[in-house]
Amino acid sequence: MAASSSRSCLQYLLHLAQDNLDFRLPEIKALLALRAKPFRPCENFKEKSPFWCLDGLCEDDVRSIMARSVCAKSAFELWGHGRTHSELRTSILNYPLKNMSPFMHKDSTYRINVYTFNKTLLFAERIERIDAMEYLPFEGTVSLKSPQHIFCLLEDYGTDPNNIPEHPSYIYFGRWIADGQRELIRSHSVKNRHFIGNTSMDAGLSFIMANHARVKENDLIFDPFVGTGSLLVACSHFGAYVCGTDIDYNTIHGKGRSSRKNQKWRGPDENIRANLRQYGTERMYLDVMVSDAAKPVWRNAALFDAIITDPPYGIRESTRKTGSHKDITKPPDGIYVESHVPVSQAYHLSDIFTDLLNFSAHHLVIGGRLVYWLPVYRPEYCEEMVPLHPCLRLISNCEQTLSSHTSRRLITMEKIKEPEELDSLAHLSDPRFSPYQGHNAFREKYFSGFNKRCGKEDSKSDVSGE
Amino acid sequence: MKLLTHNMLTSHVKGVSKGYPLLIKATEVKVNEVEFNPKFVSRMIPKLEWGALVQAAEGLGQRQDLPGELVSDYEQNDDFLKKVHRVLLEVEVMEGCLQCPESGREFPISKGIPNMLLNEDEV
Repeated sequence: MAASSSRSCLQYLLHLAQDNLDFRLPEIKALLALRAKPFRPCENFKEKSPFWCLDGLCEDDVRSIMARSVCAKSAFELWGHGRTHSELRTSILNYPLKNMSPFMHKDSTYRINVYTFNKTLLFAERIERIDAMEYLPFEGTVSLKSPQHIFCLLEDYGTDPNNIPEHPSYIYFGRWIADGQRELIRSHSVKNRHFIGNTSMDAGLSFIMANHARVKENDLIFDPFVGTGSLLVACSHFGAYVCGTDIDYNTIHGKGRSSRKNQKWRGPDENIRANLRQYGTERMYLDVMVSDAAKPVWRNAALFDAIITDPPYGIRESTRKTGSHKDITKPPDGIYVESHVPVSQAYHLSDIFTDLLNFSAHHLVIGGRLVYWLPVYRPEYCEEMVPLHPCLRLISNCEQTLSSHTSRRLITMEKIKEPEELDSLAHLSDPRFSPYQGHNAFREKYFSGFNKRCGKEDSKSDVSGE
Repeated sequence: MKLLTHNMLTSHVKGVSKGYPLLIKATEVKVNEVEFNPKFVSRMIPKLEWGALVQAAEGLGQRQDLPGELVSDYEQNDDFLKKVHRVLLEVEVMEGCLQCPESGREFPISKGIPNMLLNEDEV
């Protein structure tokens, strides 16, 4: 663009979806980091607001963020803003004409949209708003169906649906640049996915995880608790090559009982590869294997650009690793049949996280990210419970509430150095792991609330997870 | 199982010190066409154990004219990258097993999926 230098100091307005609030800032920051751009909010930035103004970006940066973001709905080049319509008018009239004119000349076509947050306007009120903007020097013609340029007036009526003010608390006007990827939530919904399980990750959260992990084209991504591969679907959509392992032979082979209502058994081609095929990304599929996350099979090298996973917490999927406390009688010839399922034993949650962090420290590239869910019993949660590792820097920690007393936290860490011998031991004896000691510790707390509510005895929770 | 995956796997049998590379004993091998992506192949090459890759391809009769030594300036060499691409991503072991070179323990591959689980008395 010829005018790029003078246009580099523009401000851009992001309109964000008002759900998963905690996940939005790390997502946008991670996507900016992919462009090596800092997050520079304008003054009066409020994280919980649906509108964010950003400085220091160019239009290409904004387009690339919107090509990935599941949290942002739309982005605009901000032409003016203010607390009232008259402030907005002053602000727009101060905006350099040379920035506006390329989009307003007489051969162009345009339309103006009116968007209100936390209030619905009547059609007549919308027309009124547009008519009131006649001070804008538009020379082109209006085209509602296929305009070259779309402009938007956005009015913010706050976030309290029980207390909607008469006048907006803030107003923005800008040129529409691009929409985000909210459509992926519908197009990749697990409802229409070929192969799913009981704990398949929601499509929106899967894409958010891939964004927090800064997954990019030609990356190599690994999920050690792959299940039905929801996270691989999201990563492959962003152009990464994917692989995964799971201890469950039936899941990896797509056998056994179906998770769908009205369908008893899984069909012949229900597997992770078929899921990628459904979304046109089979070329990104490397392999899945039956393997125990506690006994990794990868050679010692920094192989993966990101490790992204949803470990089992023992609530809806049991936590297992191979091994047994019992003496097992081997077959007389000492050979197990191919389909032999090794006895598994409880895999303590604290061990799952210790193993996951140590594995990531060894197998991520420098700058590579680990993104995983940590289950939390909310009354006891404090930040110190989040496992640490000397080679991994904590990037973000976002809560998704599951019930009044439980939640899970999406933890993102970045590898900052190669592990030395002492590092793997650094946090093993750390007392902060105590909440996750004992394999049923979290499970018992998780169910304790239900039991209290149901007025049942706590003995219910003694039913072992495995 | 693709040979890129095989190149990254090692034996995790208890007490084994030289578990790399795993020997491939294949009874069924397929070659599936996969879209060629020179950037990805170029990114993977520094992560590869080249000797193990050539040996694995050779063992499956799929080496063709893949050179024994990594060539220099491979990023610009599409002809070479295509050969590596074929071996890394298109050749797939569908049935057979992987064998630990030291302990002899075999891990079955069925429908293209290796089963790397150890038995309860091996961990």
